[in-house]
Amino acid sequence: MSSKIRVLIAKPGLDGHDRGAKFVARALRDAGMEVIYTGLRQTPESIANTAIQEDVDAVGMSILSGAHNTLLPKVVQLLKEKGADNILVFGGGVIPESDIPYLKEHGVKAVFTPGTPSEEFVSFIKENVKKNES
Amino acid sequence: MNPDNTDKKSCAGSPGDIRELAKLISKIENDRHGCQQILSDIYKENLGTTVIGVTGPPGSGKSSLTDRLIKEYRVLGKRVGVIAVDPSSPFSGGAILGDRIRMSDHATDPDVFIRSMASRGSLGGLAPAAIDVVNLMKSTGFDVVIIETVGVGQSEVDVVSLADTVLLVLVPGMGDDVQAMKAGIMEIADIFVVNKADKDGKEKLVAELKMIVELNRNKMERVPPIIETVAIENKGTSLIMESLKERGSWIDEKLPVIRKKKMLDQLKHMSIDRIGADIFAILDEKGIFQKWTQELDQGSSNPYKAVSELIAKLKIEWSGQ
Repeated sequence: MSSKIRVLIAKPGLDGHDRGAKFVARALRDAGMEVIYTGLRQTPESIANTAIQEDVDAVGMSILSGAHNTLLPKVVQLLKEKGADNILVFGGGVIPESDIPYLKEHGVKAVFTPGTPSEEFVSFIKENVKKNES
Repeated sequence: MNPDNTDKKSCAGSPGDIRELAKLISKIENDRHGCQQILSDIYKENLGTTVIGVTGPPGSGKSSLTDRLIKEYRVLGKRVGVIAVDPSSPFSGGAILGDRIRMSDHATDPDVFIRSMASRGSLGGLAPAAIDVVNLMKSTGFDVVIIETVGVGQSEVDVVSLADTVLLVLVPGMGDDVQAMKAGIMEIADIFVVNKADKDGKEKLVAELKMIVELNRNKMERVPPIIETVAIENKGTSLIMESLKERGSWIDEKLPVIRKKKMLDQLKHMSIDRIGADIFAILDEKGIFQKWTQELDQGSSNPYKAVSELIAKLKIEWSGQ
């Protein structure tokens, strides 16, 4: 039977630009995934809860406000607390190169900055999401 | 804690826990026929659960209205489950599920469980596994289950067999569409909601609905109320709640009859679904589809002939048992 990859695309924090998030959502949809989009201005708590209720395989967060070092690790931590640390977390948006190592240390598996071709994050998700191969 | 200690294939799980419930729903979505055992085990006919269907054309405000209903039921202290269905792409099989955007206030409420589902090729406005998930939610102690269908057009009326009460959400300014809908979806409404009632054309829509209701009055057991709302401004929601309450007491009176009918509907639906899936799997496995495609390609058969032959064959097998 077909197992669909489910991905949550979320906008944590206060910036109101979701063009990037929508672009990613569309690309994942076109790659056959089911994408849950939360809309703007979500808290880490609501993102983690949503990820669990929706039983997603991955959470992608788009952030342009500069608060990535606080918000993204917080979501990772909350997922861990809720026993859902097998959910793949990735980020994107305006994130300086120099912050990426810090994010990766804190459980963000990949960061995709502007200009990333969609094939790159699509294949990243496909390769890293462990689905049962039945 | 090992979150993955439940085997995804085995379809086990204790749905009392939110994470387990969520995982079980995924398993059902991915292989609902493989999950028959657990569904059957936990099946409990919970008459205490109110099941509300919210349907209507795209953009009519179903999600915003659902959001308001969640709020109202939370004030009453009810535990609310929501199934929000959005369409799958017929080309990629993917989907963008965006109903939660309107419901984000409830994301951290432990007594609200919202699940987005993709329609995965189903045409009736629901997802194939919606019945199972409603039953699951009923069995696991939700007081209210709200099912939001995909934006429907004319005859996608699956939600009727699932919900105790169907809210049909319409908006002003659709004019002729309403005419077109008269025969199909208009008949399933238990409550008409005229949302975005601050828009031009509201009077016309309400008048048309009144006319439809009048024309059908003697055919109906209960005349559906017409309620005007502006969901995003929270206007009219309390009227819907009143209507739901009234309908609730009416349902209680008629319960045995209504329940029998709904059960029969569900039974039919589930058997067709299951039989279809099983037969498809067999056809695929035995390479019959490929054979048909070849024959069609060579012009030695046609779709009618192929299907008739299949049915004839099945009938023989059936009677042989």
